[in-house]
Amino acid sequence: MSEIIVGVVVFPGSNCDHDTEYAVASFSGIKPVMLWHNDHDLQGAKAIILPGGFSYGDYLRAGSIARFSPIMQEVIDFADKGFPVLGICNGFQVLLESGLLDGSLSRNRDKKFLCCQTTVKAVNRATIFTSLYKEDEILSIPIAHGEGNYFAPPEVIESLEEHDQIVFKYSDAQGLVTEESNPNGSLKNIAGIINRQGNVLGLMPHPERASEKRLGSLDGRGLFESLFRHIACV
Amino acid sequence: MPYLAKIKVTLRQSILDVQGKAVDHALKNLGYRTVESTRIGKYIEVTINEEEIVEAERIGSEISRKLLSNPVMENYSLELEHIK
Repeated sequence: MSEIIVGVVVFPGSNCDHDTEYAVASFSGIKPVMLWHNDHDLQGAKAIILPGGFSYGDYLRAGSIARFSPIMQEVIDFADKGFPVLGICNGFQVLLESGLLDGSLSRNRDKKFLCCQTTVKAVNRATIFTSLYKEDEILSIPIAHGEGNYFAPPEVIESLEEHDQIVFKYSDAQGLVTEESNPNGSLKNIAGIINRQGNVLGLMPHPERASEKRLGSLDGRGLFESLFRHIACV
Repeated sequence: MPYLAKIKVTLRQSILDVQGKAVDHALKNLGYRTVESTRIGKYIEVTINEEEIVEAERIGSEISRKLLSNPVMENYSLELEHIK
């Protein structure tokens, strides 16, 4: 059986691209390919990942310039056609800036760059990215960001809730979604959301850093495996 | 004849301005008791080489909306100055 290709976009300043490639390559039957931001070729990818990092130095606003990179025309087209796109951390910021997801991310509430293990709850397992998690499963996944404070106007939050588009929330170890368990001030403790169509997911935590036992957690593997099972079946 | 587009980008009032708050605390610590609040934005200058001010304004507004500001959390204002 030939391998399924998953594209990992590399912007100038991306620094989690190799970790993402490494995590993706650990799944059998899946081949990661690196897609340079200046190219227009998705190289037959069945899913696209926008990795974490500091594309364009986070200049102007995080993700605001990467959003206009040449390859984003193909990525947006790919997403509009219903194919899966996953944005991790800076990748999530790029998806928000491009309008593929609604809302915005700004400076963490306590002003500090946070680099730590965090607990998130998979509040919606009815997505192609979370089908292998149990409902409300509690996951240990690290975050590493200075601008992870999710905001959206009230009508957008209402719509996200109405259509079950909130996929991950920061919680405590018992699964309680509290202010104390919210590391960055995100509205409703939102850590990750999906679009209405269900094919574009953005999250601030780094599942690729929770994909190997020696990194301290395997909880990120469920996200990748759910996605790869989906693309293997379509 | 070029125009200088002077664009101010500010956070919407509903957005928590953590940088502004930090600076505000610092000002109060410096003894400025009558300083009430501080909010921080961006000032951007773009030189636009257009003959007509209408076109310069159109371009200025478009780039302000498209790239220089994020309408979800920011407002912008545009002022044009004719550069001789």
